[in-house]
Amino acid sequence: MEKKKLDLFAHIWVPKHRIMSEEEKEELLKKYNITLQQLPRILVNDPICKELKAKVGDVIEIERDSPTAGKAMYYRVVVLE
Amino acid sequence: MNLKIISELDRISEEKKLTKEQKEKVIEELRKRIEEAKLQPGEAIGVISAQSIGEPGTQMTMKTKHFAGVTEMNVTLGLPRLIEIFDARRTPSTPTMTIYLNQKYANNESIVRKIASRILEIKLEDIVNEVSIDLVNLRIEVEINTKKVKMYGVKKDEVLESLKKVLKKHNVSIREKKIIIKPSKKVDVRELYRLRSKIREIHIRGIPGISQVLPVQKGNEWIIKTAGSNLKEVIKMEEVDYTRTITNDIHEVQRVLGIEAARNAIINEALSTLKEQGLDVDIRHIMLIADTMTNTGVIKGISRYGITGEKLSVLARASFEVPLKHLFDASCHLEIDDLRSVVENVMINQPVPIGTGILKLVVKPEK
Repeated sequence: MEKKKLDLFAHIWVPKHRIMSEEEKEELLKKYNITLQQLPRILVNDPICKELKAKVGDVIEIERDSPTAGKAMYYRVVVLE
Repeated sequence: MNLKIISELDRISEEKKLTKEQKEKVIEELRKRIEEAKLQPGEAIGVISAQSIGEPGTQMTMKTKHFAGVTEMNVTLGLPRLIEIFDARRTPSTPTMTIYLNQKYANNESIVRKIASRILEIKLEDIVNEVSIDLVNLRIEVEINTKKVKMYGVKKDEVLESLKKVLKKHNVSIREKKIIIKPSKKVDVRELYRLRSKIREIHIRGIPGISQVLPVQKGNEWIIKTAGSNLKEVIKMEEVDYTRTITNDIHEVQRVLGIEAARNAIINEALSTLKEQGLDVDIRHIMLIADTMTNTGVIKGISRYGITGEKLSVLARASFEVPLKHLFDASCHLEIDDLRSVVENVMINQPVPIGTGILKLVVKPEK
């Protein structure tokens, strides 16, 4: 069996992920009037987080292909567990 | 308005040759309809979802051990499968994979069959007649079945090699049709028995966990369906188109592709299970459940060990399953119930915080 480097984002089930900058993060929290803890979570050792090299406390913006809304934005905060 | 509607509108207006005025009228009407369709703040969407899935669920076949298509593959479907998905069981009762191949290979049946045979896991017990214990000489004899060896196309050296790799401590030798394993140390009979069961399970070739392979034609390409699942290893194969290859083991999807992919896996699996039974449930309900299940970054089932067990309110937890245990635990830990959710307010006969009940009035006394 040969080893090949896999681009996880090419898989049909994996949507686009992106780490948000600090300013964007603040804007997001302000827009929805929430704290960081209230966001949905993603684990640091999630394969996607490893791929993006995300740190605990980062917010990841996910661009989902939604069958109902076309494109939908979702946000997850990186947590330890 | 969202992009999907806009692109659809553009397509149709071109088709029907709408004038600018007409198009604007359509947009106006659409705006109105969308506004009407929007949920009000405080709407109890969880209950709506639960009913929307629960009602068709009553019409599902109770026990379906279905034989998918014309194949010999046995897949759990119907209500048992749906429960399996929403409970987030560790492993599905019938794990299966759907493996897509790269364009180069997908059209050629014989090549696909060859690839399939390489994916199939072969253990030693699959290619032998008998693994017997020679009590006189305290050794194990493996009698190879030449027919099966030919059928799987395994070479004798290959078998010997993998045996030697696992049984480093013992002497492995080949004598005519038999492979003889002589333990290097002195062992008693019980240990010999243990060794025998270990030897039977020795992995010879293929991908661990895949117990059946089945090439199937789908459209104009060949895909491989499997019994048993090992996404991590299969997507590493060069011939496999890993971007489309999927498994029905949701936890495995999370381990290999991440939580967002697991969400998609839940939606897909639940929807196809319902569809297969001829039930049409709006995808939004399933999306809501999938979002809730993956909210914490790991997959949580809708059970007393999963999200229901994590509710903040003691009374809400107690109302689901095993009430006494929850009440005892809560009193031991001095838990406080803020009565913020629905169930506990129903219990104590107070207005529930949904719909219009979500608002609270606070009087600001004049100074």
